[in-house]
Formats: sequence, C-alpha cells, structure tokens
Amino acid sequence: MLTIKDLTVSINKKQIIKGLNLEVKEGEVHAIMGPNGSGKSTLASVIAGRELFDVDHGEITYMGRDIFELSAETRAREGIFLGFQYPVEIPGVTITNFMRTAINEKRKYLSLDPLTIAEFMELMEEKKKMVDIHSKLTDRSVNEGFSGGEKKKNEIFQMAMLEPRLAILDETDSGLDIDALKVVAHGVNKLRRKDNATIVITHYQRLLDYIVPDYVHVLYDGRIIKSGGKELALHLEEKGYDWVKKATVSTNP
Amino acid sequence: MADKNNQILEEVGKSDYKYGFYTDIEMDQAPPGLTEDTVRFISAKKNEPDFMLEFRLKAFRHWQTLQEPAWAHVNYPPINYQSLIYYSAPRKRPKYDSIDEVDPELLETFEKLGIPLEEQKMLAGVAVDAVMDSVSVGSTFKKTLADEGIIFCSFSEALQKHPELIKKHMGTVVPYTDNYFAALNSAVFSDGSFAYIPKGVKCPLELSTYFRINAANTGQFERTLIIAEEGSYVSYMEGCTAPIRDEHQLHAAIVEVIANKDAEVKYSTVQNWWPGDKEGKGGVYNFVTKRGICAGENAKISWTQVETGSAITWKYPSLTLKGDNSTGEFYSVAVTNNRQQADTGTKMIHVGKNTKSTIISKGISGGRSNNSYRGLVKTTRNAENARNFSQCDSLLLGNQCGAHTFPYIDVGNRSSIVEHEATTSKISEDQLFYCLQRGIDMEGAIGLIVNGYAKEVLSKLPMEFAVEAQKLLSISLEGSVG
Repeated sequence: MLTIKDLTVSINKKQIIKGLNLEVKEGEVHAIMGPNGSGKSTLASVIAGRELFDVDHGEITYMGRDIFELSAETRAREGIFLGFQYPVEIPGVTITNFMRTAINEKRKYLSLDPLTIAEFMELMEEKKKMVDIHSKLTDRSVNEGFSGGEKKKNEIFQMAMLEPRLAILDETDSGLDIDALKVVAHGVNKLRRKDNATIVITHYQRLLDYIVPDYVHVLYDGRIIKSGGKELALHLEEKGYDWVKKATVSTNP
Repeated sequence: MADKNNQILEEVGKSDYKYGFYTDIEMDQAPPGLTEDTVRFISAKKNEPDFMLEFRLKAFRHWQTLQEPAWAHVNYPPINYQSLIYYSAPRKRPKYDSIDEVDPELLETFEKLGIPLEEQKMLAGVAVDAVMDSVSVGSTFKKTLADEGIIFCSFSEALQKHPELIKKHMGTVVPYTDNYFAALNSAVFSDGSFAYIPKGVKCPLELSTYFRINAANTGQFERTLIIAEEGSYVSYMEGCTAPIRDEHQLHAAIVEVIANKDAEVKYSTVQNWWPGDKEGKGGVYNFVTKRGICAGENAKISWTQVETGSAITWKYPSLTLKGDNSTGEFYSVAVTNNRQQADTGTKMIHVGKNTKSTIISKGISGGRSNNSYRGLVKTTRNAENARNFSQCDSLLLGNQCGAHTFPYIDVGNRSSIVEHEATTSKISEDQLFYCLQRGIDMEGAIGLIVNGYAKEVLSKLPMEFAVEAQKLLSISLEGSVG
C-alpha cells in the first residue's frame, strides 16, 4: 500500500529525514518509535502532503501512485488520514459541519452523490457509538476549548467517519491519561480491517499495550535504525534508545 | 509550499465576478450633470407633489455649500459630479397584473441574480419589491400585506398614494443637512422602498428589496423609509448585486428607520456590489447613510449586514436610542479582497434611560484590501444606566491586507457601562492544512473557516438570507490568501 524508498527530507536546508525506507501492506499495523527530534512527525507530514518540507530525494508510492503527484486534499480523498499531534481549533465550525463537508468532498471526488442530512446523521451516530465518544462533542466547534483527551478522541472519531485506507496517528497518545488512551486505542482497534493499514507514531511504549503492532521501527536521526516485531517495543522500554543506537542498523521487515 | 499555494490561489483569483452581466433595456435618462434643472427634471419625471420638489431643492442648495468629506480611511480619485447621470428609468412603465407581462429580458436578469420573483419565493413567504435601475417593476404579496394594513411599495408609489406619511417622516432621521452624500441623495434620489407597519401589527412576511445598478455611468440614489408604529414588528431584507462596469459607479443611499413604542425592526442587508477587478478598477462606491431611531419606550432596532462587495464602502448604520429601555443592535461582517476598501461601523447614541446596545463587528480582509471599523458609542447626560457591549474582530488572510479599528467612546453620565473588546487573528497555515488533510480543498477550507468566524453575525440573518450570505463569503474570498 505504501512504499517509501530512500527518502530524504529537509526544512530550511536542514536535513530531517536522511534516507528512510518503509513498506506498509494492507492489514498491517506499524509502530514508529523514536526520541524527540528524530523525524517522526516530519515523516507523517510528508506522507500527508504538508508542503513546509522539501523532499530532496527518494520516492513514496501509495496504492501504486507517486504520492508527490497528488495534492494534500487528493491524498486525503484517496484514503490517507493523519491524526494530528496538535489538532487545531476552527472557531465557529461545528464538528458535524466539518465532517459533513469533508465526507461530501470525498464523495464528490469519488463521483458519488452527497449524503443527505438524514444519512449523514445516521452515519455519525453509528461512528460515535463505535468509538465511544460523547454525543454532544459533535455540536461543538472543531477542537475549540477541547481538553487534550477530547481533541484526540475527536481525531479518532474523524478517522472512523472517513474510513481511511491508511491512517497515520502522530503521537496520538501524548498528553492522554490512561482512560483517554484506552478510548483512543479501542477506537483504532475497532477500525482495524484486513484492507486498511495503520502507522502509529509514538514516543512511549505505553500505547502499544493497547494497540498491538505487527512491526515496530525505531527512528533515530532521520533513519530507521532498527525494525522488529512487537517485542522490540518492550526492549526499548527497558533499555532505552541508547541501546538501539549502539545496535546495528537493520533492514526493513 | 508557498509557491504552489500561490499558484493555486492565483488561478482561483482569476475567476470572474459571478454576477457580472449587463441588461440592455431602453433607458429614459436625464442628461449628465447636476443643476437645479436636473432636480426639477427628476421631480417632474416622477410627478411628485410640490413639497417633494421643495425638499429636493433645499437639499440641492445645501449640498452646493458642502465639501466632500475626506476623513474616512479610503482612497479614491475625485468624483466628477457633473459627469454623472442622475436619473434613468426603464422607458415602459406599465402596471403588471402578472409576471408574464414583465420584460422577459428583465426577468432573465433577475433569474441570473437568483431573485425568485415567482412562486417559490411567494411560497417561502417573501414579498419582493424589486428595484431595477431606480424604478420598481414588480411587487408581490401586496394583498396579504394590505389585509394587515401594511404598506410596502416603492418610494415613488408611496409619494403618490401616501404623501402625508412621507411628508411627516422623511428626513426626520437623516436630515438633508446630515452630510454631503445625504444632501446629494435628498436632492436627486430616484426611488427606493417604503414600508409602513400600523400599530400592533406583526408583519407576517419578511419584506425584501433587491437593488441593482444597471445603467452605465448612472449614480444610483436609493431612499428607504421604514416606519414601525407602536407595538408592531417587521423584518426587512435588502440585498444586491451589480453588473461589471469599467467606470466607478456612485451609490449614495439613505435608509431611515423609525421604531415607535414597543416596536421592533430587524433590518438585514447582504451587499454585493461589483467590487472592481483585481487591480481595483471599476467597482461601485457605496457611500450610504443608514440610520434608525428607537423613538419610543422599549423599541428595538437591529442592523445586520454582510458587506462583501463595492470598491469602496463608506457606511455606518446607526441608531439613536431615544425611548427609555430601548435596544439597538449592530451585527456586521465586512469582507474586503483584492483592492477593496471598507470603512464601516456604527453609531449608538444613547439618549433614553436604561437603553442597551450591542455591536458585533467582524472584519475580514484578504488580498491587498483595507478594512476599517469605525464606531461611536455615546451616552448622553440623561441616559442613565445605559449599557453597551462592543466586540470588533478582524481576520486577516495573507500579509498584504490591512485591518484597522477606530472606536470612539463618549460617556456622558456616571451610571453608563460601556465595554469594548477587540481581537485580530489570521487564518493559520495549520488550520488550512487541517482542512486539506480531511479532503477539503483550499477554497472550501477558507470558506469554512471564514463562515465559522462570522457565524455569530450570520446567525442573526433570516434563514434564506443566511444561506446566500455564506455562499457570498466564500465567493468573495476566492484567491484571498497570498
């Protein structure tokens, strides 16, 4: 589904990602771990199409297409979803309105008729139940005055609504208490299917107690320096990143 | 990112004014220039009673003694008042029994403007008094209104049929001596709308009027007078679009609103005059004097305006709160894009005791435009316990536009409370990317964010006006982020 080859990315001439390779297949959950500043969020942003960055080298293909040929909104409509680390506030725009716009834009792109209000409301109720979010949340303006937990739950709710093929969750666990963490993880697990894939970006092993990845990658200084199964996360937790730094750079699974 | 975005936005910015077209209808117009003869010509054309001609002439003589004001935060080349045409009207003025009899070309124009003169609109409960180049050509629902004793017609018609009401009220809220453009309007006004709501009557329909400038080089001078008698209620909507023009068009209207004891008037405007091209060429000058008076106790008037058009907007819908416990409201969204300039706001003059006013102003500037809020809140010595709350927000799109706030506060007694809040914000890259990432394109994202920002004001508009206004906001801001 997603293939990244020898990717090099910089911002203001400073290299952030320095030759990164990754292969994500349908049905897989990948965890990307790494210390602050290792390039995790940059990677997520580049896949999603944020244009703050310069891609100096390498390629990314998504569903067989060169991702750099697609605008950010096209990527989204083609099924790439980014759960933001810091979701922004959009005052005066309710989540309901926001999602309705997003879904109908996507449907238009796919040459489908827009959902009627009734259809949309039904879909929304179903997804709210699925990801266990408070029903009043969707009447509020997008992220405005939300607690950290509410913001992240809102991201998961949007993910449920948009049914992405490839979901990238950028430090979705940061700043969450254990209950909120469970809600978020529960949502992700429910949305897991054979034909979609998830990339979970995290700093801590904690989230991986609830979302069990197929693969764990350690990102350090712009490169994946170690990949392995879910047990790798536990080793990391015990021994810290210094341990991997000393270890040999491994290839992709 | 910046480069690619600019490219996209430039493309979008090239899209033309969506309501730009021109209707070719035989005109019956005054020769260019303004003299006493012009004033007499207009008055004669319209078969006006003598008092009207006297009023016009007094206004004209006064106007000649005035200088065009220069204090507004706007720039434009000098207007040559002697080169303008001050009167034009469709040549045929038949009385229509049905829509079928109206010039089809005109109907087509209304169609393009989305002015539903026909059934749907009636079913929607809106009576339309459509003003095309100064002369009314169609009215609907007059009967429903007449049954309630409500008078809703063109200003000219009111002059013929109800001269006593015009004579009594005209110029009492905005005297011809008020300002340069008010004097000009009083001398040469061509037509407009008149509404009279009798005592105790709640007007069952939203009254709406559409204005349009359509004759080349013709200044349009509308005059609106609304009188709400004791205990009555009316919601009045005014909306307009204008066709593409090379030369600047002057629009200097007067609106007078009178709310007596316990009466309430809601006045809503969606203004979408041709704003000029991306370089600011062409476009309408909108120099308007709008004022209302809460004449009796517990009266209430609210202005709600969505201003998206005009090359220059110079407009301060104001209220005098004379009756004790009366209430004034001003809700405004003013959008400027490209080279547009807007200097708009309100005046709330508290005269009566326990009077209350609320001002919510949302300025949105994009392109290289300038957007100013200018407002006065004044409480007189006798306005005990007067209260005002003002909130003036500015939203900037891009970094070549300007937002300015000029609040004036003049408190005349110790028991008044006046509050003023102001914020300035920008649409952030983060907000735009958040929308893009959800599959909403740049235009959609800007529309969404801007409509969210203006929601507090849009929610005050009558339902179907609100929908139109939301679309307008999005259209007006195409290509605004650079």
